[in-house]
Amino acid sequence: MAEENRTVISARDVDFYYGDFHALKGISIDILENEVTAMIGPSGCGKSTFLKLLNRMNDFVPGARLAGEILIQGSPVYGPDADPVEIRRRVGMVFQRPNPFPKSIYDNICYGPRLIGIRRRQELDALVEKALRAAALWDEVKDLLGKSAMDLSGGQQQRVCIARALALEPDILLMDEPTSALDPIATAKVEEWIKTSGLSIVIVTHNMQQAARISDRTAFFYMGELVEFGNTRELFTRPREKRTENYITGRFG
Amino acid sequence: MLAAKKGFEPHRRRRREFAGLFFIRLTGVLVASVMAALLGFLIFNGAGALTWSFLTEYPREGMTAGGILPAMEGTLILSLGALLTAVPLGFGAAVYLAEYARPGPLVSVIRLGVLNLSGVPSVVFGLFGLALFVKTFGFGRSILAGSLTLGLLILPTVVAASEEALRQTPQSFREAALALGASRWQAIRQVVLPAALPGMLTGAILALGRAAGETAPIVFTASCAFTLAAPESVFQEVMALSTHVLNLATNGTHIEETRALQFGTALTLLALVLGLSMCAIIVRAKLRKGRRW
Repeated sequence: MAEENRTVISARDVDFYYGDFHALKGISIDILENEVTAMIGPSGCGKSTFLKLLNRMNDFVPGARLAGEILIQGSPVYGPDADPVEIRRRVGMVFQRPNPFPKSIYDNICYGPRLIGIRRRQELDALVEKALRAAALWDEVKDLLGKSAMDLSGGQQQRVCIARALALEPDILLMDEPTSALDPIATAKVEEWIKTSGLSIVIVTHNMQQAARISDRTAFFYMGELVEFGNTRELFTRPREKRTENYITGRFG
Repeated sequence: MLAAKKGFEPHRRRRREFAGLFFIRLTGVLVASVMAALLGFLIFNGAGALTWSFLTEYPREGMTAGGILPAMEGTLILSLGALLTAVPLGFGAAVYLAEYARPGPLVSVIRLGVLNLSGVPSVVFGLFGLALFVKTFGFGRSILAGSLTLGLLILPTVVAASEEALRQTPQSFREAALALGASRWQAIRQVVLPAALPGMLTGAILALGRAAGETAPIVFTASCAFTLAAPESVFQEVMALSTHVLNLATNGTHIEETRALQFGTALTLLALVLGLSMCAIIVRAKLRKGRRW
């Protein structure tokens, strides 16, 4: 029972289609609060699709269709009363490639807070510092806040994007292969941040070692199905499913 | 070596390479020399007429002397009017087509309309403007009627350039804004439009140059042969550079005596249009300086 109370995201029998393509098949999963949940699987297995369902970033895909139910903190993500804008403020997202706006670092971080009507300079200053500290970037850029975020290195850009998402103080952070465009040193910094943030994080990764290093729980997707979901150490050392074992031992994918 | 057997020895390859490059270069030089010849022709015949008073005075003595100031004013007013007409409509249509429109019959019709509009001869725009703005709306032959007509003429250019600029804005900007809780319109207004603006402005300035050079549409709707003073309202007629050349060269009683003035006027018009194109290039270069995508 204790575990159930900590459920922050709950999916029930989720099917998802891009036109005729059945991208997700009967996904049911409970994701726990303040944990890092990794989603692994070969390209096209549906892990990114599932991630984008959680903050409704698939809404604009033509021909997309969803069945089943997704709850975040008990309230439905899809349904007549669900407001995608409100959901995206609660569920932040960091993308595969760093995508800062062509604005200053400061304005990048303030984008979300300004959208919800925060205008006072002191309040924004405080939010920027807090978000940059949380993303472990403050010391590197505190004197460069007026500089274009485009001038930063890839790793710094990605952490600006993390800070930008954190500035809205989301309850959950979704990360879609956040280090795939980064070099090893930048990757290490982002991974370090993920491990220590204490946030509820769902991260899609191509990299099994990364999932093993940073996540509490791991979900293995294959051909649109959720094959196995469990404690990361157990999944990587004693997988219950043959397909999981084949994947993590490098026999395919 | 297979390449040698097939006759692809280095010297033959180099000779073909040279021949290919030579013809490509030749076409480039030909295009440039057409432009140079045109300019040289105009300068040779018209530069003599270009004096300070030519640019700052009104025509005198039945247009055989004096300057072309009112025609320059008229051309500028009409082109700016055209821009004011085409930019709001064109930017709006481009945002709709690039950001909102889902493929369907409505979008196909709009696209077809824009495409066909750009193929309509300008004299047809003139007649249309005469029928609609001058007669039906009762604006008379006026700055207003001429601006609206020219505005419609350059609308396809503005739409096409703006839509292209919007499409070149990375999808990741939109995703980033949406994921931070922006509505679609907020994402477009705050992130996509600022990023696309250099391209959209370039299109608008090039369209301005096109409007400045047109003749037929304003012959029907806005231009007169001669004015005594600058216009005071948008319901007045104005002179324009393009129609001034036309009038001097075809309507006057002193066609031969005003040859120099004709070429001088044409040269001024060309300089104005080239100047606007240069502006477009500079604006684009300046606005793009800080961008890396």
